[in-house]
Amino acid sequence: MEEKIIKQISLFAENKPGRLANIASNFRNAGINIRAFTIAEAGDFGIIRMVVDKPDLAHEVLHDAGFTVSETSVLGIEMEDVPGGLGKIADVLGAQSINIDYAYAFVTKTEKALLILRVSDIEGAIKVLNGAGVKLIDMVNIQEI
Amino acid sequence: MIEYWNPLMERMPVDELEKMQEKKLKSLVNYVYQHSDFYKKKFDEAGVKPENIQSLDDLKKLPFTYKSDLRDTYPTGMFCVPNEQLVRFHVSSGTTGKPTVVGYTKNDIQEWNTSLARALTSIGVGRGDVIQVSYGYGLFTGGLGLHYGAEEVGSTVLPTSSGNTEKQLELMQDLGSSVIACTPSYFLFMSEVANQNGISIQNDTNLKAGVFGAEPWSEEMRARIEEATGIKAYDIYGTSELSGPLCTECQFQEGIHIWADQFLIEVIDPATGEQLGDGERGELVITTLAKEALPLIRYRIGDITVINKEPCKCGRTHPRIMRVLGRADDMLIVRGINVFPGQVESVLMTIPEVGEHFMILVDRVNELDTMTIQIEMTDEAFSDKVNDIIDLEKKVQAALKNVLNLAVKVELVEKGTIPRSMGKAKKVIDNRKL
Repeated sequence: MEEKIIKQISLFAENKPGRLANIASNFRNAGINIRAFTIAEAGDFGIIRMVVDKPDLAHEVLHDAGFTVSETSVLGIEMEDVPGGLGKIADVLGAQSINIDYAYAFVTKTEKALLILRVSDIEGAIKVLNGAGVKLIDMVNIQEI
Repeated sequence: MIEYWNPLMERMPVDELEKMQEKKLKSLVNYVYQHSDFYKKKFDEAGVKPENIQSLDDLKKLPFTYKSDLRDTYPTGMFCVPNEQLVRFHVSSGTTGKPTVVGYTKNDIQEWNTSLARALTSIGVGRGDVIQVSYGYGLFTGGLGLHYGAEEVGSTVLPTSSGNTEKQLELMQDLGSSVIACTPSYFLFMSEVANQNGISIQNDTNLKAGVFGAEPWSEEMRARIEEATGIKAYDIYGTSELSGPLCTECQFQEGIHIWADQFLIEVIDPATGEQLGDGERGELVITTLAKEALPLIRYRIGDITVINKEPCKCGRTHPRIMRVLGRADDMLIVRGINVFPGQVESVLMTIPEVGEHFMILVDRVNELDTMTIQIEMTDEAFSDKVNDIIDLEKKVQAALKNVLNLAVKVELVEKGTIPRSMGKAKKVIDNRKL
């Protein structure tokens, strides 16, 4: 089950110019690739969430650069490219009273849609999604994308 | 076993102390009337003659002295001795106007040292201690004041002055500093740098006590410093006009003992100038009883405090002033409500998720005052859920509203972005054009 948990990098950033450029240049210098990326913006501040190929290194680099940063456990789901794909996932989780805290999606080079989810009960979610035949990806898949 | 520097003086019965103050007050008014044209003129204008002052109760007949008097008579117009009797000058920074100059005779320096010797003894500092003096040395009185006070009690002084924090930490470890003297904000900065370098103040140094002052700080800040670093944090009081840092709390940390043979203290209503009773909160007014070069009569020092004349557990009979939480001049008036930066600090320190560093921004938007408190996000408090952060802002907002009776905006900012200070921390930016 452990290997299906993806380490997402979350960081606190004030809503002001230059913050993103600073992160990007730190990653460039450390040879870190961003796989998925989203900003949750709330007025004066934002939370930047990223899935990267080397999460531990990314955490270290950003922490040393003075950012408030954390590693968050999320799930990566390979979406079926058919109508109702998202609905199925939501139904399965909802039936177990597992809440989706947030979600964002991206498309890989192989043209698959991947969904990143933070849920209230990650182990429970892995169990029911596996049971429902939903394909969860792991860190190795992330590095290969 | 409680140690005293001068047990007879420090434990003198209150009625004897007051008799001594009365005698000293009478000779003081004669002295300034004869030696200073400034005071003679001031007394004459107020219609008071030295012979009108016969008891401590007559003190209220005397006119106040203000910081502006020191500025108006710059540099030495208020001095009561010719310059050749001076052994030292100190000069205030003059950030809020023209600088003020304080001169000291040999006796003035000795009285200053005595005051600090009593204070340091009362917190268990003496022979065998290494005192790292990280207050600035130079025109500012903090560094040199503590320096000579510490030597007086036989401690070993490590005169690092402020700044060069990594070097300070290295010397603290290598020379075994047991006591540090600096502003509380500089000590916080120092412990931050220590953490970054993998040094634990508690485990890797000998530090047992800190003597913190030169800026207002709160009881909650003390709890935080003591818990984080394992040292005892003591409050020290004094200002350059009164010589410099002078008096501290004793080991019981229940107010600062003001030596009654050197200073006569009263608390007044800042608006009317009327004396207030013991236990009432007001503006501190100090009359120096032992200074030769620059005696001050009813000096409006501007600090807001409460006088406590109850006997202290330590056996000292001299009156105490309770923690100074702000200066009358630091008081902000926001939408008609009085706010002291110290109150904001007190509230923030009770919220564990919030760091030590904050900034108060005051502005006026559409004729309405706004107050924003910026606080740094800490690693511990950071959640990657937006709602958690908004809830934290709301929690701080509610706590501040409860104490200040004022709606404020709370803004979490990235850690390390609020300026750190090596000396007195600047905690308010008032952008109102009043």
